[in-house]
Amino acid sequence: MAQTDTTGDRIFRSILLVASSIIVVIVVAMIGEMVLNSMPTIRQYGIGFLFGRDWVPSQNQFGALPFIYGTVVSSVLALIISVPISLGIAIFLVEQSPKHIATPIGFLVELLAAIPSVVYGLWGIFVLAPFVRDHLGAYLEAYLGWLPLFQGRLTGIGMLTGGIILALMITPIITSVVRDVLQAVPNTQREAALALGATKWETTRIVLGNASSGIAGAIVLGLGRALGETMAVTMVIGNSPQISASLFEPAYTIASVLAANFADATEELYLSALIEMGLVLFLVTFIVNALAKLLVMRVTRGTASAKHV
Amino acid sequence: MRIRRLKTAIFLVALLIISGCSGQPWGQKSGSSSGTSLNLQGSGSTFVKPIMEKWSSEYGRLYPESKIDYQGTGSGAGIKAIQNQTSDFGASDAAMKDDELQKALGGELVHIPVVLGAVVITYNLESVKQPLKLTPEVISDIYLGKIKVWNDERIQQHNPEIQLPATEILPVYRADGSGTSDIFTDYLSKTVPEWKEKIGRTKNPQLPQGVGVGGKGNEGVMGQVKNTPNTIGYVELTFAKANRLPTALVRNSSGQFIEPDAATVTKAAAGMISKMPEDLRFEITNAEGAESYPIAGMVYVLVYKNQRDAGKAKVLADFLWWITHDGERYVRSLHYAPIPPELVKRVEVKIKSLTTDGKPVRQ
Repeated sequence: MAQTDTTGDRIFRSILLVASSIIVVIVVAMIGEMVLNSMPTIRQYGIGFLFGRDWVPSQNQFGALPFIYGTVVSSVLALIISVPISLGIAIFLVEQSPKHIATPIGFLVELLAAIPSVVYGLWGIFVLAPFVRDHLGAYLEAYLGWLPLFQGRLTGIGMLTGGIILALMITPIITSVVRDVLQAVPNTQREAALALGATKWETTRIVLGNASSGIAGAIVLGLGRALGETMAVTMVIGNSPQISASLFEPAYTIASVLAANFADATEELYLSALIEMGLVLFLVTFIVNALAKLLVMRVTRGTASAKHV
Repeated sequence: MRIRRLKTAIFLVALLIISGCSGQPWGQKSGSSSGTSLNLQGSGSTFVKPIMEKWSSEYGRLYPESKIDYQGTGSGAGIKAIQNQTSDFGASDAAMKDDELQKALGGELVHIPVVLGAVVITYNLESVKQPLKLTPEVISDIYLGKIKVWNDERIQQHNPEIQLPATEILPVYRADGSGTSDIFTDYLSKTVPEWKEKIGRTKNPQLPQGVGVGGKGNEGVMGQVKNTPNTIGYVELTFAKANRLPTALVRNSSGQFIEPDAATVTKAAAGMISKMPEDLRFEITNAEGAESYPIAGMVYVLVYKNQRDAGKAKVLADFLWWITHDGERYVRSLHYAPIPPELVKRVEVKIKSLTTDGKPVRQ
């Protein structure tokens, strides 16, 4: 060990050590700072902060539940919409499409990822919200109106529009990661499957099975973006801290309330409540990511051995 | 071996920190007293950002040796910055409260009104061509969810000549903490007891459950009002004018329905001059005067009475003097309302009261 230890190796190792310890320092410093600054509300409201339903800053009433609900539901909604589409695009690009089509489509997907979120938000207000109100929402109300999900007042501004905007924003991320993952699956596997007489669909299933942990990683990445997205969602979700079964009703997310109110909060308790919300977002992200990882482990358990072929 | 590796790591971290810090202006003190170029930092209200930028660029053209930077960080952040002395001046849409003044590290703060703003009521009613007339009671009832349809008798009685539709009203409010909401709710608190009791004056109004939707920023509120039929919303006057939004006439304290524009807003401030306290911390909502638009507010620049740096103090006082005198000509073109001449007199007294080392900065 000592014999092979050269100066170059030591420096190299030290640099890597510094690089990776920076991330630890940053996370610890952030959590520490947030806990410190949210002490006033932690002391005053305790665990009740997480379960309170009322948010009236002017009367010092702070309850995070509507925001947690809004954050989780809008992100899950976004995943439900986005995952099938993203998988579809990625599979098409890698497995089906000829190269002269795949290249421009792949370029467009990456272009979508580069659009700033405020542009998505404005587009959401001016194009998507009227579309949801006049077409999509009206359609859902007419055919699925018996579900509580699609009842209530249809204004185009609300959870449904927020979820769709988020779905659009995370689609390019999930698509491009899944595409890379699928491309990484060795071609020999496809050739072997085809040689054994598998159809194109059966071949794709084998490829998907072998890429499943990577695909799950892509979805978790998309979920992370959805949980933390602020600007675009704020523009279309309606920003009303309430818990409603209907997707037509306005809602509020943690990231939105932080972005909207942080700059103008001067009262100590209010500021503290907002910082504690940041802490809650940390917690929610952590739990959701952990759940997603667990899910991935369960799903990929069957295919894990195949991966190492 | 291991210890040495750790030492190297610590050394590298230290190197990183030092190199990161080197961007900081170490020689700040020497730079400000050298007298070649003076840099003033201001931050706060996003509402005044357009006019502040105009002012600083015009002023920079006239006096190239002074440079004024303004950051629109929000009124709350502007107050925090001046309290902690991280800015040379702050700007806020509302006067600082007593407890906020006590937290100022640099001693006594002076409020200097520089420009006036107003909040207008806008709406989306395709069939209505002439401006709606609204009373504070009607606005309050709409935002409390008590008036639910446009052709409600309470709205109709003030607009007999308008054919109002029988559609449901959707109120839109500002979801982000803002001076716009502050002025709006201050006005309703002064005029409608029920509003005062249920909502009160606040930067973050919380409407009753199920009433209305919130938009982020003026553009968020405008976007929702523009795109959703039967909505009503409130935005800044400058914003409404620049985007040619329909605006309601609002009944003032004299019972007149007043159109919001620069003239009626300036009149609101003029109408309240006699009531303004010595420190000029005052609201001009629901102002007296037959032609005063009632939902108006003053924007203040916040500066320390006793300035630490003589060089900066001179530039600051000259700049403040200029924006309230010669600089006023740029106010209207950006759709703000200028402060009335009577108030300029009182502002002059305030600017002259600034001192450095016990001596007045400007005679």
